[in-house]
Amino acid sequence: MRERILAIIEKNSRIDLKELAIIMGEPEIEVANELKAMEESGIICGYHTLIDWEKTSIEKVTALIEVRVTPQRGQGFDNIAERIYKYPEVNSVYLISGGYDLLVTLEGKTLKEVSGFVTDKLSTLETVMSTATHFILKKYKDHGTILHKDEVDERMKVTP
Amino acid sequence: MRDPLAKQVVNLKPSGIRKFFDLVAEMPDAISLGVGEPDFDTPWHIRDEGIYSLEKGRTFYTSNSGLMELRTEICNYLQRRIGVSYKPKEEVLVTVGGSEAIDLALRAMINPGEGEEVLIPQPSYVSYEPCAILAGAKPVIIELKAENEFRLTAAELEEAITEKTKILVLPFPNNPTGAIMAREDLEAIAPLIEKHDLFVISDEIYSELTYSDEHVSIASLPGMRDRTILINGFSKAYAMTGWRLGYACGPQNILSQMTKIHQFAIMCAPTTSQYAAIEALKNGDADVAEMREAYNQRRRFLMHSFKEMGLPCFEPFGAFYVFPCIQKFGMTSEEFAMELLKEEEVAVVPGTAFGDCGEGFLRISYAYSLENLKIAMERIARFIEKRG
Repeated sequence: MRERILAIIEKNSRIDLKELAIIMGEPEIEVANELKAMEESGIICGYHTLIDWEKTSIEKVTALIEVRVTPQRGQGFDNIAERIYKYPEVNSVYLISGGYDLLVTLEGKTLKEVSGFVTDKLSTLETVMSTATHFILKKYKDHGTILHKDEVDERMKVTP
Repeated sequence: MRDPLAKQVVNLKPSGIRKFFDLVAEMPDAISLGVGEPDFDTPWHIRDEGIYSLEKGRTFYTSNSGLMELRTEICNYLQRRIGVSYKPKEEVLVTVGGSEAIDLALRAMINPGEGEEVLIPQPSYVSYEPCAILAGAKPVIIELKAENEFRLTAAELEEAITEKTKILVLPFPNNPTGAIMAREDLEAIAPLIEKHDLFVISDEIYSELTYSDEHVSIASLPGMRDRTILINGFSKAYAMTGWRLGYACGPQNILSQMTKIHQFAIMCAPTTSQYAAIEALKNGDADVAEMREAYNQRRRFLMHSFKEMGLPCFEPFGAFYVFPCIQKFGMTSEEFAMELLKEEEVAVVPGTAFGDCGEGFLRISYAYSLENLKIAMERIARFIEKRG
């Protein structure tokens, strides 16, 4: 049941409990209990909104930053990752296999603000060896959702 | 000038759905629940294979029966899903949709004008009866009953069989009712088929869309494989209606004659579609599962909505249709559908489009997003309330 709940709410977190129970064909109380349990155990970490900021008047800059670091004895990458993710402007931090170590995504109001963060905060961390910053120019698809798409039902309206 | 037309064609009743289509076409804002095809796009990896085949210049005819690789994949699929084995070389024919296969099967087996009877359970898809007539058979309608949840019972079958009966069309999971035939339902009719030496055209185009147990094919029952033409295709399972690709499997003696007609009338099914279909069969299981789950959610939502608004409907476990009963409103199916369209701008298809015994019922398709269905159910509830 958990996987089924997650598959649905991952795409639509606003679905109300009653409707969720109906489309799953399960008793409302059981679905509610599962949701609560998953919230408490941190399987469900939040209910966020996917926003296409480009369509608003609010300016935002998103950057992906590749960070190479020196892992520390006894702590690996966890310590340095924590020092980075505690900055509120940091959106996500992933440990990555391959050519670099951490992938940090960051949101700021301007290019200057983001680059300021990289040069002042990130690069100056002791274990950071190098960074490479990529600014996002256009988001086509985010969280499995195509952002610039006109949904038109092109089917004929009545067919056998 | 002489009359250029063939009487039997002129005399064919036009599809009952046509009239409705024309009406709805004039109402651009109407919410339609009248569509008989999936709302999903063909999964991208399947489309991509089609595009790739075009880029590679694979734009030639294939063999009449279809690409060998596709036929092999079809056989693998049928073995895997329904446990019936067919020989890709002699017992499979790739057709232009399941519809062509229906036509071919009837024409290959019927001796025109000899009064051979084809049993057609209704309500069912609109093509069987006209195809049987065009093949020169006498169609005999079996009226399925709501109290049997629109399954075909042994008693109904037995009653319809005469000395002239040659073929039984078995359209399950069913369009428009959503009914399925479970294993025990099929086991009940199989002895009659054997006893009266009948052949079966089993249209299993909705086989991937069942919501209780796995689909059971009549061909998987003892003794049935060699008297069954199994018809399936890619339209419903993989949301590939516009690709026009289906197939027929069955004993070689029948398939070879069907292939002969196909060879002269069609040559071969579209090549691009065949390449895409190979990808669908090889790597499409997850897509099918995902779409099936989405349909099932909508199906549950509709059943719940009907219950709340007091619209009687048996719970269907197949295809993507529900078939609620509107008899208590004192209107014919067509009147109901017409008023609903005018008053609430919701298009549904009168049950009578699928046979006279569909009177008193509506076909409602759930090949629509939940958001759409929600709005439509609110409107139907309002419509019904006024007539409560």
